[in-house]
Amino acid sequence: MAQMTMIQAITDAMRCELKNDESVLVFGEDVGQNGGVFRATEGLQKEFGEDRVFDTPLAESGIGGLACGLSVTGFRPVMEVQFFGFIFETFDAVAAQMARMRYRSGGVYNSPVTIRGPFGGGVKTPELHADSLEGLMAQTPGVKVVIPSTPYDAKGLLISAIRDNDPVVYLEHMKLYRSFRDEVPEEEYTIELGKADVKREGKDITIITYGAMVHSSLKAAEELEKDGIDAEVIDLRTVSPIDIDTIIESVEKTNRAIVVQEAQKQAGIAANVVAEINDRAILSLEAPVLRVTAPDTVFPFGAAEDTWLPSYKDIVTKSKQVIEF
Amino acid sequence: MEKTKELQQIESQFETFQILNENGEIVNEDAMPDLSDEELKELMTRMVYTRIWDQRAISLNRQGRLGFYAPVAGQEASMIGSQFALDKKDWILPGYRDIPQIVYHGVPMDQAFLWSRGHYGGGQMPEGVNVMMPQIIIGAQITQTAGVAMGLKRNDTGTIAITYTGDGGASQGDFYEGMNFAGAFNVPAVFVVQNNRFAISVPVEKQSAAQTIAQKAVAAGIHGVQVDGMDILAVYAMTKEARERGLEGNGPTLIETLTYRYGPHTMAGDDPTRYRTSEEDDEWEKKDPLVRFRKFLESKDLWSEDEENKIVEQAKEDIKAAIKKADGAPKQKVTDLIGFMNEELPQNLKEQMAEYKEKESK
Repeated sequence: MAQMTMIQAITDAMRCELKNDESVLVFGEDVGQNGGVFRATEGLQKEFGEDRVFDTPLAESGIGGLACGLSVTGFRPVMEVQFFGFIFETFDAVAAQMARMRYRSGGVYNSPVTIRGPFGGGVKTPELHADSLEGLMAQTPGVKVVIPSTPYDAKGLLISAIRDNDPVVYLEHMKLYRSFRDEVPEEEYTIELGKADVKREGKDITIITYGAMVHSSLKAAEELEKDGIDAEVIDLRTVSPIDIDTIIESVEKTNRAIVVQEAQKQAGIAANVVAEINDRAILSLEAPVLRVTAPDTVFPFGAAEDTWLPSYKDIVTKSKQVIEF
Repeated sequence: MEKTKELQQIESQFETFQILNENGEIVNEDAMPDLSDEELKELMTRMVYTRIWDQRAISLNRQGRLGFYAPVAGQEASMIGSQFALDKKDWILPGYRDIPQIVYHGVPMDQAFLWSRGHYGGGQMPEGVNVMMPQIIIGAQITQTAGVAMGLKRNDTGTIAITYTGDGGASQGDFYEGMNFAGAFNVPAVFVVQNNRFAISVPVEKQSAAQTIAQKAVAAGIHGVQVDGMDILAVYAMTKEARERGLEGNGPTLIETLTYRYGPHTMAGDDPTRYRTSEEDDEWEKKDPLVRFRKFLESKDLWSEDEENKIVEQAKEDIKAAIKKADGAPKQKVTDLIGFMNEELPQNLKEQMAEYKEKESK
């Protein structure tokens, strides 16, 4: 086992799949010699050649179209959207083209593309670099949306995403890239897409979350423990489709839940989780399921990020509201 | 707009390439493609057939028996000439009007009708028929063409990818991105813009300050040519040349074909009298691709009214049979469609599948 940061685990996953499967191609803006603006593709061009790991012209829609076209001629593209805020430029290629490929062709063609991109607040990027757009993607039938929260998960999930025969959007929270290290096996392994992970077991309340908020939720759980509240933290890992069984099983045990997301409150993943709990386990609940989210504004200017983003304190407060309901 | 001499000079280089003039005379003997008499007759056969098919499709649409249909009359030379230059294994990425090309490339006609009707069978391309589903988003097929062409090159297939759009499509960002990517990666792609003068109602003059669409190739550093799109020999010759150029590693090509759609944009309520005059229609009908090619073939004693009538009858029969076959396609069920969403159904769709199975069993 090696100690890896999340970005190293991501590079390692791509290395595994470039090695395993000749049809895997990695491309995007600056991913070649430069190794990506975050170094996610560091060393890959050197190891696998310009033929397999290459720079593209600076045009996201072109990158998406290229990936889509390659995918129907037998390739397995891993395309990088340099910052996920740029997804709008290639939203058609992902949501209207790849995501519909299987359906439009009545099952004849498929589009095994992995769309990687950094996102997430707390690193004070310029505008439209950090937005949480997973809700937008999750409303797109035909794509899976994966968000790892640890280096270990990042590697296993990315290998699964690349091997998946349908398009997978794989979102990498920028704040997690280098914030901590984790034991990551050097050999390949997969983590099933669509399966949540209980990151902390507890009996009093379920905190359902994903991405960087997993860590805020774990910190909140430690705080709550001081007050004798035993919180269970579920990391969705895949936000579309969501792992309903794991959520319901936990809620039926704790009878209380909150959902935490870094994204704005309107629509989105948390709303969907609340709806699923209502549909399936409302009679197990002792209190309403509340949400901890950012407010419904656009992602804020850099200097306002810290107050805009949900914090572990918000999670503690909301958890207590539910407990004390 | 007053253009500089330099700009005028660049634009003037994009002259319309023609082999066969409006009177059916060869005006560019040197460029005459090497086609046998049989092949020349086949080109005419396909144009006649397509004209009848278009008329039948319009009438079927009016009877409510077809669904979505974008008329093709006037554009036969552009469509058929370019497809005829392809190898059977080349890929076509069509727009929604480009149904004749994909049918001549191997998509059964009944399947084309199913596509019109919004039936999934229309997209189920037969094994070995390298055709994408007709694209609805203007320009999306153009960036994909760069990807398909790259895939074909990587697989060393000796084949190319060709895509079609219209004059309006040439205004899309994807048009430029697709050409630029194909050029930057030097992949065997051919981009055909059928300039039929109107993007629904907006005239080509309003699309761009560029005098030609062909010149837009220069910005991407690839070859561009403007062709008389009513001249099937010119379209064929330029597509063939573009195909070979791509395969030889000399880059993609943009072909602008000057053509005209006689009918409305689609059969869904477009009324061309709102945006063009009958004088303009008449002027273009004088350039008709069938009329001039018929004259040419007659001058070589290769064509007769009898022959043409036989094709007309054949087309009518085929269409009847194809519609009948399309009528026999299984009724679409929501459960079929759910099944096409993902390789493996996620939990939400599994549950919805069960729900709809129950509904459909009643």
